[in-house]
Amino acid sequence: MKHHELIIIGGGPSGLCAAKMAAEAGVKVLIVDRSPQLGGQLTKQTHKFFGSKAQYAKTRGFDIAKILIDQVIHHPNVTILQEATVVGLYPDKVVTVYQHDTYTRYQADKVIVATGASEKFLAFENNDLPGIYGAGAVQTLMNLYGVLPGQDIIMVGSGNIGLIVSYQLLQAGVHVKGIVEAAPTIGGYKVHASKIRRLGVPIFTSTTVQRAVGSTHLEAVELVKLDAKWQPLPGTEQIIPIDALCISVGLSPMHQLLSMVNAKTKYINELGGFVPIIDDHHQTTQEGIFACGDAVGIEEASSAMMEGYLTGLYVAEHLGKSHPESHALKEKYEHELDMLRNGPFGIKTKIGLEKLRKDDIHA
Amino acid sequence: MRIDKHPILNFPKKEPIPFIFEGQEVYGVEGDTIASALHALGITTLSYSIKKGRPRGFYCAIGNCASCNMMVNGIPNVRTCITPLVAGMIVERQTDKGVIR
Repeated sequence: MKHHELIIIGGGPSGLCAAKMAAEAGVKVLIVDRSPQLGGQLTKQTHKFFGSKAQYAKTRGFDIAKILIDQVIHHPNVTILQEATVVGLYPDKVVTVYQHDTYTRYQADKVIVATGASEKFLAFENNDLPGIYGAGAVQTLMNLYGVLPGQDIIMVGSGNIGLIVSYQLLQAGVHVKGIVEAAPTIGGYKVHASKIRRLGVPIFTSTTVQRAVGSTHLEAVELVKLDAKWQPLPGTEQIIPIDALCISVGLSPMHQLLSMVNAKTKYINELGGFVPIIDDHHQTTQEGIFACGDAVGIEEASSAMMEGYLTGLYVAEHLGKSHPESHALKEKYEHELDMLRNGPFGIKTKIGLEKLRKDDIHA
Repeated sequence: MRIDKHPILNFPKKEPIPFIFEGQEVYGVEGDTIASALHALGITTLSYSIKKGRPRGFYCAIGNCASCNMMVNGIPNVRTCITPLVAGMIVERQTDKGVIR
């Protein structure tokens, strides 16, 4: 069995940032990532980020990914496994990895679970037809591989991801026939919604998808208006021909590996679903197993990076190694994280974290 | 369909990669995953559901949802959305749970 001081599961923004700090503190790090490219979801994000300089504001997502990858890829303390899926995590910090048809076992002293999030789904008739994609999938297909998901599309969900991906679809030359939102108001930033509307894309609020139509591939979708109690209003159905439907109704933290080691989790709506209970150092209830990024609550990539840097610093300390600038860096990233959570969308995270800390022993 | 013009991204012409899909020789390009190559060819049905034989396409594109699982070189349940395309691969639609031999 191969040994590493620290194994980081997930090479997205949070995992890469954690790796940088731990490696700089002198920790031997192994990053395991299942994708063909490192950088997580940043690799397909063509939009410029908000926030401050520390979070690479005004830089496009895929360029941030390059910066984060460059920070670790040549570091002598960092080893990277790509196209490698962690299929088992055990309480004694054994990690089993499936890569290129081979299983390998690794022993770690500490583990960071930075697995990110998965796309939520929506229940409606025929929702399994080809042509119905998650928003992230559409982004991957067009921005990473240069392949169009369809010609005529409807977006479900008007949160920031729904709005941004709609704009990116327009940039790629796809006809966005509309954005559907079940709530009475638009979920994301006004600035994004206005940009989309100026380009002639209607946003239908209090509306949802009733069913998809098609035999071998999506051909149309039936929308219906919702009343104040979120019930469909009979007589308001309309059928719109499309060849792709994009679902952007939120993300769930990927806690599955943590459940495998019996780390305690708690369902917190504001954080996106089941999240692990963590202490101030991002350690789960399972000694030596830490978690950061979207895996502990859905936020922006900017927050995931700050959490990653912090968790890398904390874990290094637990291994008896301290980053030469540990104190100053911790102060800096804690401050940055606070700033982010004081923003307009941070309130949800703050309520969620409050709930997570409250009576966490009973969860 | 592949994007040829984009205001932010560049998609230069890439080397074609031949592979076999359901017995036919088809082409993807360098850098493709199996699923992206099939989508570029207009093939969106990647498998059929086990009980009712309903067509299934991919959903998450990050190797999470199992909706893109296919048979590749005789190995079932390959996550085609995160598996890079290699010349000569034999790709088939799956209709069952798959048996590992």
